[in-house]
Amino acid sequence: MDTDVVIEFNNVTKSFGSQVILNRINLKIFRGKVTAIIGKSGTGKTVLLKHMIGLLEPTSGDIFFEGKNMAKLRPEERQRARSKFSYMFQNGALFDSINIYDNVALPLRETTRLNEKEIRRRVMDKLEKLEITDIVEKYPSEISGGMKKRVGLARALVVDPEIILIDEPTTGLDPIRRNAVHSMISHMQRKFGFTAVIVSHDIPDVFYVSQRVAMLDKGEIIADCLPEEIPFVDNSVVKEFIKGVENLKDELTGLHTKSQITQKFTINRAIPAESFFSVILFRIDGLDKINETLGFITGQKVLKHLAAFIESFLRVSCEHSRYSDNQILTILPNIKKMMADLLLRKLGEALKNYPPLPPEGFQAMSYTISAGVAESGDMTHIDHVVDETEKTMKVIGRFHLS
Amino acid sequence: MELILEQIRSHGAQTLSSLRALGKLSLFVMDATMLCFHAPFKWKRIVEEMFHIGVKSVFVVCLTAFFTGMVLGLQGYYTLSRFGSEGLLGGAVALTLIRELGPVLTALMVTGRAGSFISSELGSMRISEQIDALYTMNINPIKYLVSPKIIAAVLAVPLLTAIGDMVGIFGGYITGVVMLDLNSGVFINNMISSTDMSDVVNGLIKPVFFGYVLAAISSYRGFFCDSLRTGGKGSEAVSTATTSSVVISSVTILISDYILTAFLM
Repeated sequence: MDTDVVIEFNNVTKSFGSQVILNRINLKIFRGKVTAIIGKSGTGKTVLLKHMIGLLEPTSGDIFFEGKNMAKLRPEERQRARSKFSYMFQNGALFDSINIYDNVALPLRETTRLNEKEIRRRVMDKLEKLEITDIVEKYPSEISGGMKKRVGLARALVVDPEIILIDEPTTGLDPIRRNAVHSMISHMQRKFGFTAVIVSHDIPDVFYVSQRVAMLDKGEIIADCLPEEIPFVDNSVVKEFIKGVENLKDELTGLHTKSQITQKFTINRAIPAESFFSVILFRIDGLDKINETLGFITGQKVLKHLAAFIESFLRVSCEHSRYSDNQILTILPNIKKMMADLLLRKLGEALKNYPPLPPEGFQAMSYTISAGVAESGDMTHIDHVVDETEKTMKVIGRFHLS
Repeated sequence: MELILEQIRSHGAQTLSSLRALGKLSLFVMDATMLCFHAPFKWKRIVEEMFHIGVKSVFVVCLTAFFTGMVLGLQGYYTLSRFGSEGLLGGAVALTLIRELGPVLTALMVTGRAGSFISSELGSMRISEQIDALYTMNINPIKYLVSPKIIAAVLAVPLLTAIGDMVGIFGGYITGVVMLDLNSGVFINNMISSTDMSDVVNGLIKPVFFGYVLAAISSYRGFFCDSLRTGGKGSEAVSTATTSSVVISSVTILISDYILTAFLM
């Protein structure tokens, strides 16, 4: 057994009466990685997630947790295993007779010996990160569905779990909040290194936070790969699914997604007329600090502001995408590196007149914009070109948010 | 022949299903009872449940007991007067209430009010995945939700019975002494002389058992509302579980009352 594998499904089938929901599922969840489970509604994603924590038992097949068959664990072993998990329900599953603060504090009060002061610190920390401190005294029936989701996420994260299972964390949220939730999951995963499994419909967004993607269709896993490999999976359902989201842009920044730009790169490589092009990678340093201090929404505004400026400055034929949480990648077709360097220099000059963002919060924050240029040459993968930009990466502007 | 076999098969399946449900109920009740004695004790939750089950039922129990006492006084007076024994009214009212009617009526009233509350509360927690959420947080939902209700009911129902007995006797006193001009001293003296400690003790053992029965059955019906044979999903399952919990608890209380009375006589 691979020690990197935390959960393994081995030929798992689940039926409710005559209806088969999961059909001979084989899947591995890797330690320290975020795995996204995608697929149409009603394909068994939530059922799959509930099997991982033992809320449902398979009709046949085995589920292994850290190499041990879950069905054969003794009750105390099962309890020990479950203590490593956290689960965020699709509808939040909040306790409606207690207020939001008590909801989030509940797992700490019931499963740890922490004093009330420490519990308060941890609860408020999570609520602040999700920007819901103003509803602590309210009851679940008094808040919106989106807020319930964020409270559910705070409750799942408050125990600092080793493995977190998240069922549609952003469905029904507005684009800003959706982005904030994804950013927070990504940020916390990087910080604490937990293993996460996310069931989601928000395909472009979820690719940013996940390192693996599994696609479920009619109870079967039809793709299990890296996010950037998804467009190249040879399956008609996957292709149809990806085609459906191909034209979607990141709703917050108006940019293409990483998978779209990866596809674009590959297509450009294949067309002789488009065989040479350059890329510019823009990076905002200090965005993590802004996210932490002034909130994710402010952080995303900074990204959007820069994206709008780059789009207005460069040619219409240029393709812009959000490459990571703090990076924007621009492809400049039929442009050599020398020309791209010149364009970047002019863009740097224009940045001096970069309109400032309106003040946010009470704390002054600074951030830096750096950029690097590279030419595609004969490189076959976009990541290699992006690596190349690092060699020429330099600061093109410093700004303050105050 | 085929028809007969089909009937046998159907009855067999029903019997097996009933036995399975009984087994599930037994395991659930056993688990909940054992967890009542496992530390840490949820004192805050027990007090909260005592408020819901006990304090909120005081009014309805007192009202029922008062009018029951008055009816007993009225009926008892006319029956005893036929034999020229009106002076025994105090004892008749007190003994009937303390030994029998007080515990049963209190338990039935608490079942109607608090039993339905327990069942619908747990049922709605089940369908909104709150019980599943407790599992995922590694919190035993039976210990967290059910055991405090059982402890609270076992403590609250005898206390309510004692209050109900007093109010009922007072109702009998009003009818006998105030309305029918029976001598107050005779009423009270006869009540004291004909009631001894064993009557009071027996009258308080029953409600302990009734409290346990109503809390266990109501919790079970609500806790498993979505997987019960009685059917229904979602809010329908909750309402079905609530209704059936009241009916089953009430019938169980009346049947067990006979058995307990036979043992305690």
